[in-house]
Amino acid sequence: MARQSGEGRRRALLIAPSILMIGLFMLVPVGIMAAISFMERGSGGGVNWGSFTTEPYLQFLFERDLDDSLLLNTDYLQIFFRSIWLAALTTALTLAVGLPTALFMALQPERRRNLLIFLVTIPFWTNLLVRNYAWILLLRNNGLIDQVLMGLGLRSEPIGVLYTTFSIAVGLAYTFMPFMVLPIYASLEKLDWRLVEAAYDLGADRWRALRRVVVPLAMPGIAAGCILVFIPCLGAFVTPELLGGGKALMIGNLIQSQFGAARNWPFGAALSMALLAAVLLAMMFYLWRYRRAPGAV
Amino acid sequence: MTDPAKNPLFRFPGLKPAAWLFFVFLYAPIVVLLALAFNDNEQATIWTGFSTRWFGIVLDNADLIRAFNNSLIVATTATLLATTIATLAALGMNRARFRGQDGVNALISLPLIVPEIVTAVATLLFFIMLGFRLGLGTVILAHTVFCIPFAYLPIRARLEGMDPRLEEAAQDLYANRRQTFLRVVLPQLWPGIISGAMLAFIISLDDFVITYFVAGAGATTLPIYIFGMIRIGISPEVNAVSALMLAISIVFVAASWLVGRVRR
Repeated sequence: MARQSGEGRRRALLIAPSILMIGLFMLVPVGIMAAISFMERGSGGGVNWGSFTTEPYLQFLFERDLDDSLLLNTDYLQIFFRSIWLAALTTALTLAVGLPTALFMALQPERRRNLLIFLVTIPFWTNLLVRNYAWILLLRNNGLIDQVLMGLGLRSEPIGVLYTTFSIAVGLAYTFMPFMVLPIYASLEKLDWRLVEAAYDLGADRWRALRRVVVPLAMPGIAAGCILVFIPCLGAFVTPELLGGGKALMIGNLIQSQFGAARNWPFGAALSMALLAAVLLAMMFYLWRYRRAPGAV
Repeated sequence: MTDPAKNPLFRFPGLKPAAWLFFVFLYAPIVVLLALAFNDNEQATIWTGFSTRWFGIVLDNADLIRAFNNSLIVATTATLLATTIATLAALGMNRARFRGQDGVNALISLPLIVPEIVTAVATLLFFIMLGFRLGLGTVILAHTVFCIPFAYLPIRARLEGMDPRLEEAAQDLYANRRQTFLRVVLPQLWPGIISGAMLAFIISLDDFVITYFVAGAGATTLPIYIFGMIRIGISPEVNAVSALMLAISIVFVAASWLVGRVRR
């Protein structure tokens, strides 16, 4: 028994530094941010400590008229919905490209599979700014894609897609592609291909076997991939900043602007809380729906 | 079971071109960027001839070198701290069965779940509330926190894969706790610690969002400097710096991949 409690104390001592660091410099700050989201904005731009108001959350939907009445203002709501739409679009794009790629990888001889996994992960480890910059070079007017298209005589003028929703979606899809491919690959790699043979024996053609056997069995991986792409997309900041032309196009940029030009920290804190809530909801939905399923990633 | 790779029944038409397209999509931007870094032209995207002169110009830029030094200081310190803390935690959590275990795991992976921008904002507000002066110190602190899970996961995975009977054997042979740890556990754990540290280092070196918020005026890191350059516009200098960053990352990842292969 004494040995048991000594063991417990040893474990506690080993774990304590992590708990302290992350608790003190992550959990506590999020708690403080939650508190600040209910405080008044200070006159100098900071926070009026100790005050209480729900104004930052109201500001999300309404603006105050001169006579102090609330007017519906959908500007911020639009940014929120645009973020969700962009995250969903990116998830769909990565899934459309990622699923066939993952299937292709799972059907390669084992040696080549490891090399392919490595190739998928390399771009992920390169700097985020650099990756986005490369897309500016490609997408800008008279950039490389334009040069190729005009050189081939396919177009006579620039395609003009940089600084649009489309360029943000491409940039996000590029950034988060490995998050989609790798989980799907992980679930396909474990797949018992005899089940597909059985489907053939029962008269299924290739397409039907794919749709009715392979995809359902890969579902835990597909779900994990979707959540791993959707969540970081929702809070993206760098890609919309660089490929969206610096307008407040997504929640991340809106939050940043509250700490920059707008100097409205409580509103920035409230927006962060809303983003965090959205992410936790998506996460909980995934855990509730897929985590208990057998063979989940 | 027959190898599915060799079975013609599992050859689905269209997969190969789709995968090819995927890898072209993945690597075209990188190849283009690397190529344009060697372009002689003042115009960043129009090829005129081969030259390495932009690398020279970039490496002569004192501000950029200072930013790079800051990045190295931050990444090295944060990696050492985070890897040490994560190694201790991994050892503490190894083969653990206790109440609150899931809570500890959740807390350690918290920096992976919370969106970076939210972490950045919360950390900034916290530092301001405490009256910390923003600078390299605050950056190192913030980096250490988000590097912990990245260092923790490979170390933990390595520990899980270790054979507990080796430790038992060492103790049967009268090794004390300390000897068991130093002679049996640590040598096996080393590759995990190295890959954890490499992950933490590259994550810290590349971080932009959190640094952007918690760095004061004097604590410009390389990504912050590059962001400023890109904001001004595309230029041959940015091409060259980006290519250098790419090269550093790729060398690092290749090295950590090799370390990973050695342990098998």
